[in-house]
Amino acid sequence: MNKKPQNKHRPLSSATATAGCDCQPPRSINGSQALMEALLHEKVSLLFGYPGGQALSIYNALYEYSGRLEHILVRHEQGAVHAAQGYARVSGKTGVVIVTSGPGIANTITGIADAMIDSTPVVVIAGQVSASLLGTDAFQEIDVIGVTQPVTKWAYQVRRAEDLPWAVARAFYIASSGRPGPVVLDITKNAQVETIAYRPATVTHIAGYTPVPDAAPECIAQAAQLINNAERPLALAGQGVILGRAETELLAFLRKAGIPAASTIMGLSALPSDEPLNMGMLGMHGNVAPNLKTNECDVLIAIGMRFDDRVTGDLQSYARQAKIIHFDIDPAEVDKNVKAHVAVLGDVKETLPAVTELLRPAAHDEWLASFAAPLEKETQAVIRPETAPGDGPLKMGEVVHRVAEATGHDAVLVTDVGQNQMMGLRYFKFKQTRSVVTSGGLGTMGFGLPAAIGAKLGAPERTVCLFVGDGGLQMTIQELGTVMQSGVAVKIILLNNDYLGMVRQWQELFFEKRYSATEMKNPDFIGIAAAYGIPGRKISRREDLDRAIREMLDAKGPYLLEAQVVQKGMVYPMVPAGASITDLIMM
Amino acid sequence: MTLYTITIFSENTVGLLNQITIILTRRGLNIETLSVSPSAIEGIHKFTVTTFTDREMIEKVVKQIDKRVDIIKAYYNTDENLVYQEIALYKLPTGKLLAQGSVEDLVRRYNIRILDITGVWTVIEKTGRYEETQALFEELSRTTGVLQFVRSGRIAITKSNVEQLTDMLAEVQHKLAAANS
Repeated sequence: MNKKPQNKHRPLSSATATAGCDCQPPRSINGSQALMEALLHEKVSLLFGYPGGQALSIYNALYEYSGRLEHILVRHEQGAVHAAQGYARVSGKTGVVIVTSGPGIANTITGIADAMIDSTPVVVIAGQVSASLLGTDAFQEIDVIGVTQPVTKWAYQVRRAEDLPWAVARAFYIASSGRPGPVVLDITKNAQVETIAYRPATVTHIAGYTPVPDAAPECIAQAAQLINNAERPLALAGQGVILGRAETELLAFLRKAGIPAASTIMGLSALPSDEPLNMGMLGMHGNVAPNLKTNECDVLIAIGMRFDDRVTGDLQSYARQAKIIHFDIDPAEVDKNVKAHVAVLGDVKETLPAVTELLRPAAHDEWLASFAAPLEKETQAVIRPETAPGDGPLKMGEVVHRVAEATGHDAVLVTDVGQNQMMGLRYFKFKQTRSVVTSGGLGTMGFGLPAAIGAKLGAPERTVCLFVGDGGLQMTIQELGTVMQSGVAVKIILLNNDYLGMVRQWQELFFEKRYSATEMKNPDFIGIAAAYGIPGRKISRREDLDRAIREMLDAKGPYLLEAQVVQKGMVYPMVPAGASITDLIMM
Repeated sequence: MTLYTITIFSENTVGLLNQITIILTRRGLNIETLSVSPSAIEGIHKFTVTTFTDREMIEKVVKQIDKRVDIIKAYYNTDENLVYQEIALYKLPTGKLLAQGSVEDLVRRYNIRILDITGVWTVIEKTGRYEETQALFEELSRTTGVLQFVRSGRIAITKSNVEQLTDMLAEVQHKLAAANS
């Protein structure tokens, strides 16, 4: 047996530099204060959290830092993570959460998993029992690392105060670099209270971690050659465009070679809705034209997207005719679901212009014009009846459309999950990037309200409109308390059909209309909002819609607009799960 | 289905093995053998994992393992690119071993080592590939009977001239120096 290595508490592999000036002696403070200093060093100004036993020392330090670190007290820890996600998605900054041990961190798991699959930079800081009690089934102890490792980009337990500056620096570096994701820091009680000589730390590199892989010049050339030879190119924009801040570069790329583009739901708003080359939304409830054209194009250019099954449908019949170019920052996404003929690894902000440079100007007029017929078909069969039905009960799409018009297409759209989400994403329109906050990969009901709170705090100058169903609102309805206490001016549009609409839709289509456990007996939502001091109005008549929307938008603070919509509405078009994207149902 | 050998380099931080196994778990892959020990580079451990799967799957899984921040490098090989060994220990009843009268023959044919002998039991060791340690186990089961048996996970060395990690670390150092200059 070789000699036991020295008991190292932290990995050696990161280059850690101490910032600031050597002439300043380190300050003697406790771990919790060091945590506050380290957060300030990472330019954090806003935290979402909920205190508890093993986070008391952290909250005690927060008390004296309250002038520089604003804390939003949520009503449930899941809400804290979703709020941090909303904040991160609109602002581009890393969202920060503080919770206590045991149930506190356990309640964050849904949010962390959501942030993981949707690549959202979030740092979740949890109190933990003292190092001496670890593994003893102490009060409010859970194995945080074991529980969170599968759903985090990095999870680390800090057992000594002296590791805190380094661990915080590393957490923020990992969460925000490369393909972003959630990081958990589990801080034992003793590490919170021990005294250390604090020096700020900065992490700029970790051995074996390559946040941005190098783009191979031959791949850039091959991609450009394929596109130059293409007669029917189609680009698919994912959230990678937004995360890579490459919206302008994408537009330049598309315009130079006359390439039509469509977005995944996570990539929506990277391109303005009125851009002529923007052909709409992909996927199960996406637009007809881009879905059909995916199986007609000769070169398919995927940019910062991961070929989710809700986008591709049946893989065996997906874009078989096309040469596929895949731009991504994450090598593990290449060939994961769809085999790429050319993979362009790297940061799209650099790779897209590099390819654009090699492109011959082109127009593809005939190909572009061919999108018009399926769009017209969809407009007649689905869009017009949904957004301007004229008579009958209110429809979800109609409400979304009227709100989008009233906000001048410049608001932030936050959705919950289900029919409200698909209607929101289909019928809202966007002028600027980072205007969509939705739970894409995980499909988390209850995401909407807390995410809207975070979005409003991340973009206080913008109007934030949440579309939520009666089911999803009740999953995190307690966050109305957060809205009340923190005075967050979110505009909540409740699309109430007294059903779990999307599940009911599947039961109607695929389970012989056996509506098992999808009908909801609902409370007086306006009354609930009123109890939280949030004004609101319930409408069910078309003639009241515009006036109610105006009242909502004119209200200074938060507002609940409840629209009683058609009970058994359907979201169309629809590609049934596992079907080919060309086998879509229109009505 | 092919047996693939995954080699993983990492600092041996707490929970590291869990990060590897959860990726295999999600894909429904069984670990056939596992061996963990300090590598030639100080502070860095080498994990050798074998699993039966196909080329497409191993490619995806190894990329997902390599992607973990705490993992320095992960790659995979098939048997033809590796020199590999396992070690097996056999505890045999001494009486029966002597009674069958062919200890020398056993030593010569299987190239075994005798580690310890008492009047009751004898422990022998054999290194080799799975088929070789298994063949001895089967023979001894028929002849002397085996009181206890244990086999290690596979360890493996690639047939390429240098350790892939050394190249990678050198490249990282180079980039870091370039970035800092």
